[in-house]
Amino acid sequence: MAVDAPTRSPGDGPPVLEGTSEVATPGLEREAERAKARQGFLLGLPTIVYLLLFFVIPLGFVVAYSFATRTRSGRTELRDFNLDAYARLGDDIVMTVAWRSLWMAVVATLICLVLAYPLAYYISTRSPMVRNLMLVGVMIPFWSNFLIRTYAWRVLLDSDGLVTQAFEFIGLGDGRILFTSNAVILGLVYGYLPFMVLPLYAAIERIDWSLVEGARDLYASGWSAFRRVVWPLSRPGVIAGSILVFVPSFGAYVTPAILGGNKEGLLGSYIVLQFLSARNGPVGSAVSVVVLAVMLVATLVYFRSGGKNL
Amino acid sequence: MKAMKKWMRLVALLAVLGVVAASCGSDEESAGADCEAGETDGDLAFFNWSEYMDPDLITAFQDEFGVTVTEDFYPSNEEMFAKVSAGGTGYDVIVPSDYMISILVSEGMILELQKDAIPNHVNVSDKFNDPPFDPGSVHTLAYQWGTTGIGVDLGVTGPDVPLTWGLLFDADLAEEYGLSGRISLLDDPRETVGAALKYLGYSLNSTSADELAEAEAVIADAVSRVAAFDSDQYSELVVAGETIVGHGYSGNFLWDFEEGESEYTYFVPDEGGTKWVDGMAILVDAPHPCTAHAFINFLLDAENGAQLTNYNWYASPNAASEQYIDQEVLDNQIIYPSQATMDRLEFIEDTGDFEIEYTDALTRARG
Repeated sequence: MAVDAPTRSPGDGPPVLEGTSEVATPGLEREAERAKARQGFLLGLPTIVYLLLFFVIPLGFVVAYSFATRTRSGRTELRDFNLDAYARLGDDIVMTVAWRSLWMAVVATLICLVLAYPLAYYISTRSPMVRNLMLVGVMIPFWSNFLIRTYAWRVLLDSDGLVTQAFEFIGLGDGRILFTSNAVILGLVYGYLPFMVLPLYAAIERIDWSLVEGARDLYASGWSAFRRVVWPLSRPGVIAGSILVFVPSFGAYVTPAILGGNKEGLLGSYIVLQFLSARNGPVGSAVSVVVLAVMLVATLVYFRSGGKNL
Repeated sequence: MKAMKKWMRLVALLAVLGVVAASCGSDEESAGADCEAGETDGDLAFFNWSEYMDPDLITAFQDEFGVTVTEDFYPSNEEMFAKVSAGGTGYDVIVPSDYMISILVSEGMILELQKDAIPNHVNVSDKFNDPPFDPGSVHTLAYQWGTTGIGVDLGVTGPDVPLTWGLLFDADLAEEYGLSGRISLLDDPRETVGAALKYLGYSLNSTSADELAEAEAVIADAVSRVAAFDSDQYSELVVAGETIVGHGYSGNFLWDFEEGESEYTYFVPDEGGTKWVDGMAILVDAPHPCTAHAFINFLLDAENGAQLTNYNWYASPNAASEQYIDQEVLDNQIIYPSQATMDRLEFIEDTGDFEIEYTDALTRARG
């Protein structure tokens, strides 16, 4: 997370970072600073252009589309700008979909946290050799495509699938979960678990264990030492991991489409549905814009609240 | 710092200009290049329904004309339209169905075909020339035709199932045959809302808001028993035992039933259903209109048309192909329905302003 990296924007006035006395040679000093800034800008230029072309401008289109007009054939035309699409956002269906997405994303995030924390803790307390091997293990799933792995779950979860049969074998009754919301949550947890493990690992691995020893020396129980030392120190990892899991889960599309049977829409599927099936570009764009805004605000609030510990 | 600001502005300006230039370029009216029969002008980008083309035919075309064919697939007319309506997709040939052809023509999105570059157009049966959705066959030539109905795993339901859309929509029938959670519906507004309209005894081209609302309620009620809205894998799901009844197209069901271990059937319900014809069309902004003409001509060849039907088990609109089509295919009443069945079928027609109501109804119904 580079949010706290020192940044300098053009027009900040005389740079003071180096702590040199600029009174001595104001002209030269400023010139050198400028050259440095220019160099930095040129180095960053390709990325800036890239982001501008493929992120900022398309995003501008999405915003523009959300105010545009839908023709009778379902084309979106950039004229007669209006708020119709935003008026639709209050519809029951959009609300239902939004709450369902929120609920699923929260559940998936919590499950990921509960599963990942002990694992990350375990990994970070191993010897460097074992640690690296286990980290590779966590990342191995990324070696094959997410879509293929999700389809693999479909095979495991279908009526004759291994998971279903195992469920029935241990007496959990009709273990059929394909095309249910449980299957979607399972798919989300499976897909995003590594995103929770890695930041947690990075945070826990950094903890100075002498602090824990100190706590124990002061007669803290194991639980108490965890609660008052390890947990607060690993908070940055918890926050980063939660955001990395929550954000993509909230807008998930592939998982609900393949494992959820494309019904009980979540926001991601709802947006795709608006664009491709309903041919309602303005509403699809408006939902996207609102989701983006909500996510941005939520993330900022989350970072702010956790910021003291970061 | 001033210099940097200027820089930024310049970059932003260039970026915007680039985008504007790119989008203007795609708006340019294509003058409909003059193509000779068999002339090619580059590689072909083919945008087709999924599981609808014999890969051997693609290979044969590539070998014969020395071009490369890129295929992309869509599961519904609406999705295809949403993608090509933005323009600049780079696709040459698309395969829209009847009502979508009317829409594409009225939106000016497909070229008038140059018949002299497609000598094989004479092979198309009279029944499919001059269709109501494209008078005079000016913009399209028929690709394949078929019906939309229900595929059933008889191994689960037993051999006697009522031939009704109720298998998809009716709670009591779902109870009786254990279908709950084992039904798939097409992810396609006109087909799925149309099936509900037929179930209610209305026309599937209804433009009555009340009838549409009833149909929407029927689908909304069925959603809790539906496993999936799927236009790609409905037949695979039945054969895999994941669903028991599926809503889908005749040929795909037949194709996959061959693989299954159970007894299956496909039928068009007694209430009637959809017949459809898909036509080959060339987008106005097609980068390679001549290769596109050559490709359409190639597919309308008598033997190639037969090969297509023998492969995908949809009926051929190609009169010259009939002698090359396998007898078992011609005799199959699911592929070539009896006149009695045909009389119960309707084409989906463009409902104009009402079109969007269908898509909205399905979106609302699935919740």
